[in-house]
Amino acid sequence: MHRLRRWGPGLLLLSPSLILLGVFVYGFLGWNVRVSLADWRGLRPDYAYDGFDQYTRLPDDTRFTDDLNNVVVFTIAFVVGTLVVGFVLALLLERGVVGEGFLRGVFLFPMAISFIATAIVWRWLLNNSAGRQQTGFNEVFDNLGLDFLVNNWFKSDTDWAPAAIALPAGWALSGYIMALFLAGMRGVPDDLREAARVDGANEPRVFWHVVRPMLLPVVTSAVVILAHISLKTFDLMFAMDVESRKIETPALYMWFTTYDGQNFSRGAAIATLLVLGISLVIVPYIWYSVRAERRR
Amino acid sequence: MTSFRARGRAFLAAIVVMSLVASGCGDDDDDAGGGGDGGASTEFEFFSWWTGGGDSEGKEALLELFQEQNPDIEIVDSAIAGGAGTNAQADLANRLLQDDPPDSYQRHAGAELSDDIEAGEVEPLNDLYEEEGWNEVFPETLLELITVDGDIYSVPVNIHRSNVMWYNPAVLEEAGIDAPPTTWDEFLDQAETLEAADITPLTIGPTWTQEHLLENVLLGELGPEAYNGLWDGSTDWESDEVIAALDMFTEVLSHSNIDSAAADWQPALDPIIEGDAAYNVMGDWADTYFRVDQELAWEEEYAATTSPGTDGVFNFLSDTFTLPVGAPHEDLAMEWLRLAGSQEGQDTFNPVKGSIPARTDGDASLYTGYLEQPFNDWTDESTTIVGSLAHGVVADNAFKAEIDSALQEFAGSGDSAGFAEAVAAAYEDTQG
Repeated sequence: MHRLRRWGPGLLLLSPSLILLGVFVYGFLGWNVRVSLADWRGLRPDYAYDGFDQYTRLPDDTRFTDDLNNVVVFTIAFVVGTLVVGFVLALLLERGVVGEGFLRGVFLFPMAISFIATAIVWRWLLNNSAGRQQTGFNEVFDNLGLDFLVNNWFKSDTDWAPAAIALPAGWALSGYIMALFLAGMRGVPDDLREAARVDGANEPRVFWHVVRPMLLPVVTSAVVILAHISLKTFDLMFAMDVESRKIETPALYMWFTTYDGQNFSRGAAIATLLVLGISLVIVPYIWYSVRAERRR
Repeated sequence: MTSFRARGRAFLAAIVVMSLVASGCGDDDDDAGGGGDGGASTEFEFFSWWTGGGDSEGKEALLELFQEQNPDIEIVDSAIAGGAGTNAQADLANRLLQDDPPDSYQRHAGAELSDDIEAGEVEPLNDLYEEEGWNEVFPETLLELITVDGDIYSVPVNIHRSNVMWYNPAVLEEAGIDAPPTTWDEFLDQAETLEAADITPLTIGPTWTQEHLLENVLLGELGPEAYNGLWDGSTDWESDEVIAALDMFTEVLSHSNIDSAAADWQPALDPIIEGDAAYNVMGDWADTYFRVDQELAWEEEYAATTSPGTDGVFNFLSDTFTLPVGAPHEDLAMEWLRLAGSQEGQDTFNPVKGSIPARTDGDASLYTGYLEQPFNDWTDESTTIVGSLAHGVVADNAFKAEIDSALQEFAGSGDSAGFAEAVAAAYEDTQG
């Protein structure tokens, strides 16, 4: 009775969201796994258990393995690039610039644009046509005499084509990462910096020994946010060059095989692997932050 | 008043969106106007992917005619844009799975509808065909292609031609070429001349346009009979003839701008208009782009002929309308299909959309400019009719999706044997 009184109100308050989460997130996750273990093709559902065939076939599916390579290249380029750009922007703003509020807005704004619109603009900027059809960066480079910079971007024949997609993705999100870093830097109490300065530390050393350690949690959350976005990114690739093997990722393959090919089980298997991939990033982070909070 | 109306429309749109999102929850479609039993329906929902460039104008002309005939009903026009219909099809698949069909929906004629038929999602329309005498006015080959086990499930409203090669006469003249090629070998000869003059011989767009080119290279190289055999198993994908035709496709692509392929079919036509490229193989919806969007003059500023090796062959695709099982307003859906299959309906829709009627008794005076060519060929009984791969006539969704996958790789690698092996395996897997 006493226990119920302690837990009851809280539980009651949380129960709507617990139920919704339970049904719409975890329930559907389970349903998705069930579909992935069947052999459902065509419009009529077929849940008969068919073992792990869908999963064992994927490593031999060159479309899936190509897509996997692409998403790894994209993730690395996107996460590292966005972190670096966001950090540098924050560092510059933190020094105190005229019109800081305005600049913050400018850098943050691209995030407000949907990936589809971003992709349409960048598709034009990164167009690799030559001659009269030349547009975007290549045209600028060409006109400035910087011919060596003209390249094929996301139509490149190398393995680096997906890295070109990291440009628009990074453009959209580096402002957000900048805001995270800026908040982190501003969160460092001035007393600590003062104390270090009194002890004779110069500015770089103040940054290295005082500010940097306090930014670690920011970096961790930034990496988690960026990494899971990169695994889920769909609209950018879809709008830049649909069904191009050079930049396709498993998320797109899942969509095409499910809705074009009506191979629902294969789509579910890819979706399940994507969830596993994302949880590889997120679960350690949650575990780490829960532990850190307990210690406090 | 107007703002009230606008608000009402916004509310309606919101309801449509909600029903798309939340249709998992079941019957959100039982409007007060009454369903199939008792009394006439007051609402009719038509689902399509026609949203732009001639398509939506044609659709609106037909819907307007339908509204005139049924002044008291409300028409809900559910259209989803993009991806040559793939986006709409994804959404439609969800609705059919949840037993929440629209009153009629658009599908390409042929195998694309076979999944719906197998799943029991559409009603047979044989009685309607009998009643309206359609068995006599549609070409026999077309009826054969849309008949499954003796039943017909859809009403073809238009015909598009896939095997069309577009060009700019001024470009050919400049390069000293008299006429477009009649075989792909001749194309390769011309390509050298064109490249010497710094003109791109052929332009290309995203993967589906490459598939469009592939089907027409296969058709031109193999001939209609062997081409048809590719889809029913009587032509072996791994035979020498098919491999040679696939090699030809690779060679043709090597004279295209595939390395900087356009993002869609319209920008792939632009270099031809601007005089930087010679040819493009695209379906005859391209005519609307040249004529209406770019305001060019037929035969002077742009021209077209059958793609190499396909003279006397009509590689068709067609939009058809269906009667879904459990359509909420079946009486109106039937009226709609009656209109779509009628001469009046088809002659209203097609000149605006830029296609020709599926019926052979259309009014020839309405089809001028480019459309004269396909109109005459379609109604000519000596023309051989075959179906398009890229547009859902000959391969069902599962088989076609596997071909798409294999083609993505083939276009990059040029490995004909590997592609043929993958497609043959996919045929076994999905059709066997």
